[in-house]
Amino acid sequence: MSVIEFLSFSFVQRALTAGILIAVITAILGTFLVLKRLSLIGDSLSHVALSGVALGLITNTSPIFVAVPVVMAGSLLVFKITEHTKVYTDSALGIVSACGISFGLIITSLAGGFNVDLMSFLFGSILTVSAWELWLAFTLSAAAFVMIYIFYNDLIAVVFDENFAKTAGVNAKRINTILVLISAVAIVAALKVVGIMLVSAMLIIPPCAALQLATNFKKALLLACSFSVISVIFGIYISFVLNIPSGAAIIILNILILAFCACIKKFLK
Amino acid sequence: MDTIEVKNLSFSYGAALALENISFAVKQGDFTGVLGPNGGGKTTLIKIVLGLLKAQKGEVKLFGKDINKFDDWVKIGYLEQKNTPSSLMPLTAFEVARLGLLSSKKLPKTFNKTDNETAENIMQTTGCLPYKNKLFYELSGGQQQKVLLARTLINKPSLLILDEPSTALDSASRENFFNLISSLNKQNNITMLLITHDIADIGKYVNNFLILDKNIIFYGSKQKFCGDKKAEEYFGPYTPHLMDHLHADAKSCPFGRHQ
Repeated sequence: MSVIEFLSFSFVQRALTAGILIAVITAILGTFLVLKRLSLIGDSLSHVALSGVALGLITNTSPIFVAVPVVMAGSLLVFKITEHTKVYTDSALGIVSACGISFGLIITSLAGGFNVDLMSFLFGSILTVSAWELWLAFTLSAAAFVMIYIFYNDLIAVVFDENFAKTAGVNAKRINTILVLISAVAIVAALKVVGIMLVSAMLIIPPCAALQLATNFKKALLLACSFSVISVIFGIYISFVLNIPSGAAIIILNILILAFCACIKKFLK
Repeated sequence: MDTIEVKNLSFSYGAALALENISFAVKQGDFTGVLGPNGGGKTTLIKIVLGLLKAQKGEVKLFGKDINKFDDWVKIGYLEQKNTPSSLMPLTAFEVARLGLLSSKKLPKTFNKTDNETAENIMQTTGCLPYKNKLFYELSGGQQQKVLLARTLINKPSLLILDEPSTALDSASRENFFNLISSLNKQNNITMLLITHDIADIGKYVNNFLILDKNIIFYGSKQKFCGDKKAEEYFGPYTPHLMDHLHADAKSCPFGRHQ
C-alpha cells in the first residue's frame, strides 16, 4: 500500500493527528521528568489509570473522563507520601503504582473480567481513535502546552536546582505539583496511543535519546519532540502495513532511535 | 532596620539538636564570616535564614520582613555548598547564569536581549564568559562555581549568602573571587554572609565573625574576636595560628602569642 493511499483513510488521519499531539506533549513533559529523576511517574500513573479506566467502564461512563481525576489524585498522592512519611520518591511511585493496579484488577474482576474496551486501553488502539477522542487529546494537549509556556523557565529552574529556584522566588512546590498534574493529564491522553502498559516509554525514551545529542535545553526539547513524532508516524504506518500492535511498533522505533543516538554520541566522543 | 535579624532560633533534625537559641543581627554592609566545625549548624542556619528550612522555634527577618512572608528575592543572592544541580541537564553556562534573573521576572518569565547582555556582562566579571556556550555539566568544578557565582550576582543583590564558595577554586581563582566579593562589599555596600572552614580565607576580608557550634560561640567584630575569652577557650592552642591569618589586625590582638 502506498503512503498516499494510507493517508487517505480518515481513521489514519485521526490517528496521526492524535498521535503527533500526544508525541509532542509527552516528549516535552518527559524531558522535565527524566531530568528531575521522576521518569517512572509515567509507569506508576499509568497503573493508576487502569483503576480510572476500569471504573469508567464499570459505571458506563467515559473511561478517559474518569481516568483524568483518578490519575491526578494518584500523582498528588505520590507527593503526599514523600512529604509526610520517611519514603523516597521512587518508593512512593511503587506504592501508588501497586495501589492503582490492585484497585484496577479488583474493579475489573467485579465487572466480570477483561473486555475488548479494556484491552484497547491496556495495549493502545490508536487506529480506533474517534473524532471526540481526537478533540479530547487536542484539548488536553493544548492545556498542557499553555501551562508549560507560562511556567517554562520556572520548570527549568526547579528541575535544575530546586534550592536556587526557591531563593529566586519560584514556588517550587507549586511547580512540582503543576508538573505532575500536567503529566497525569498527558498520560491519560496517551492511553489510546500506546496503552497503559507502554505509556511510560513515551515519556522516557524520546527525551533519553535527545539528551544523548542535545547541546542546550531547547535543542533537547526539539530533538525529543522530533524523535517522538517520527516514531509515532512510522509506528502507525508499520503497524498498519504489517498488522501488528501500533503501541508496540511506536515504542520499538523509539528504542531504535535511542540506540542510534547513543551510538552517534559514542562516535562523536 | 537590620538586613538579617535572628531571634531565639532553635532547630533539630529529629532528636539531633542542630541549633539552640541563636540570636544575632547583621547590618547593611557588614561582611560576616561564619565559622565552626562540621555539624556545627552553619548550613542549617543559612537554610533557615533563607526559608529553605522552617525554624521550629524563634523568628527570622530579612530586611525587616518575616521570612515566611518575604518575597523580595531579587535582593538575595545565594551560592550553595556542594551544589548538585541535575547532572544531565543540557543547560549551557550562559543559560545557567541567566537563570539568576528569574527573581526579577513576572509570569510568564521570559528573557529578552537586555537580559542576555546582562548575563554576558556578569559572566565577564566572574571570568566565565570564555566558556559560555559549553554545557554546564561538562565544566570543571571551579568553572561551574564561577558560573554559579555569576548567577548569584546577576541581580546585583543587596545580601549575598555564600556557603563555602571557594572550595572548588584553585588558589589564583580563590584570590580573584575574594577580591571580587570584597570590592562588591566595599564599593556597593552589599551585605555578605560567608560560610567557610578556613579562617585564613576570610581573615583579611571580613569585619565580623560568627562562630557557631550549635550555639553562638562568638559574634562580633574582628577586633573584639581577638580579645574574646570564649573564642580563645573554644579555639584553644590554635588561636595564635588563627590570629596569624588575621593579618594587620593580628598585631593588635590582645591574646594568644600576640599579647
